Amino acid sequence: MIEFINVSKWYGSHRVLHDVNGRVERGEVVVICGPSGSGKSTLIRTVNRLESINNGQIIVGETDVNDRKKSVNRLRSGIGFVFQQFNLFPHLSAKDNVALAPITVRGLKKGEAYDRALELLDKVGLKSKADAFPGQLSGGQQQRVAIARALAMNPPVMLFDEPTSALDPEMVGEVLQVMKQLASDGMTMICVTHEMGFARDVANRVWFIADGEVLESTTPSEFFATPRHPRAQKFVADIRAH
Amino acid sequence: MTEILSQYGLLLLVGQFPDGPIGGLALTLLMSVAALLLAFPVAVAVAIARTSPIPAIRRAAAFYVTAVRGIPLLLIIFWAFFVLPLVTGVTSSPEITVICALVVYEGAYLGEAIRAALEALPKGQTDASRSLGMSYTATLRKVILPQALFNCLPSMMNQFVLIVKNTSLAYIIGAQEVTFSANSINAQLLTRPFEVYFILAAIYFILCYSLSRLSRVVENRVLRKRSRVTNQPITETPSLARVPS
Ligand SMILES: Nc1ncnc2c1ncn2[C@@H]1O[C@H](COP(=O)(O)OP(=O)(O)OP(=O)(O)O)[C@@H](O)[C@H]1O
Ligand SMILES: [Mg+2]
Repeated sequence: MIEFINVSKWYGSHRVLHDVNGRVERGEVVVICGPSGSGKSTLIRTVNRLESINNGQIIVGETDVNDRKKSVNRLRSGIGFVFQQFNLFPHLSAKDNVALAPITVRGLKKGEAYDRALELLDKVGLKSKADAFPGQLSGGQQQRVAIARALAMNPPVMLFDEPTSALDPEMVGEVLQVMKQLASDGMTMICVTHEMGFARDVANRVWFIADGEVLESTTPSEFFATPRHPRAQKFVADIRAH
Repeated sequence: MTEILSQYGLLLLVGQFPDGPIGGLALTLLMSVAALLLAFPVAVAVAIARTSPIPAIRRAAAFYVTAVRGIPLLLIIFWAFFVLPLVTGVTSSPEITVICALVVYEGAYLGEAIRAALEALPKGQTDASRSLGMSYTATLRKVILPQALFNCLPSMMNQFVLIVKNTSLAYIIGAQEVTFSANSINAQLLTRPFEVYFILAAIYFILCYSLSRLSRVVENRVLRKRSRVTNQPITETPSLARVPS
């Protein structure tokens, strides 16, 4: 479903992604973790070409992400992306946030788009907040609206970049709950997260990345019990300590 | 001073109207509003061009802004006065000439204010919109411009105050706005320039001061709304053009 083949990226002379290889099968959940600045965000943002790459290839479905002949907008509309900072549109209500892209990109009728938006808000437990503006919602609620917004385009793939890192601890659970539900519905997901519990319960694989290199790709139980690479050992010890 | 006001007050307010063309303060306001309304679309276009992903468009817009900012408004008015008839083939009234000059001038200044508002939006807004598959244009229209234009309402009000003051230059080419009225009153009275120009200054001051106060009110409204609406920490400076497409 998603494949990275020798993906490299530089910022000037600084190499942020270093020959990344990996596959995510349909319906799989992959958790990416690693120290700060290791390139996790950069990697996940290359999947829908929010970041370009200098070398290698990324395939999503049948599409070469960096093929200039393919429409980047069509590619992106098939890949849901959830940001650490939610990035809801503050001038639009929750419902309008969710319905905007289906109306604008897919040309859906307003009525249809709002029905679907309400359905999705219901799915993330926020039907009653449909008319609220982002500034009136808690962090956890905003992030759930953001997930509904990403789902509105019916993407076969969802990407999450530290979706719970900006949240107060008591709101982490409600967002992870929605993500778990998605996973059990069979969604293909890549999640950058340090939530060990989520990784253990939901992920098929964990990729550990440091200095732009994938140092370990293994099952969550193996990764947390017996990390092999010294940097992975230190990383696991560090998050245990918290 | 009061007898000047009682005798010439109407001339200051509306010029020769209703016996002749409208003038005085009314014309000042009319020209200012027209200049602002017409400069607005130009300014939006300039702001979009200044942040365009296409370098040639960015450079062209930057050239326009730099050029206008390096030239006194008075020169632009003269230039419009002599060039506009050559281009259009008809001699336009001084009022139209001044409005055109103000549009050229304000297109640059207001354009820069709008550009600043565009660039002040968190980059995540563009990222989120583009990640949904929205095109560059759709992102501008639905996500970036609505927020940026709302946020720069206060600076638009400030630009309007500047326009009001700048219309005083129109008397030089014979538009009969309030400065022109004051001048002709002074020419009739001959001996009382201090009082006449004091009245003129007071008129500008009262008008512009109230507009500034109004803009402060608008600004506070915007700030209050923004602080309620933005729970999202503002990260680095964005640029609509930075997302590869
Ligand atoms: N626009 C940029 N220009 C130059 N360097 C950048 C840019 N964006 C990111 N980097 C660098 O690329 C590296 C990887 O950054 P990235 O944001 O992908 O890390 P991350 O693993 O997501 O970190 P975090 O856990 O802090 O989110 C970092 O060293 C960062 O400083
Ligand atoms: Mg990151």
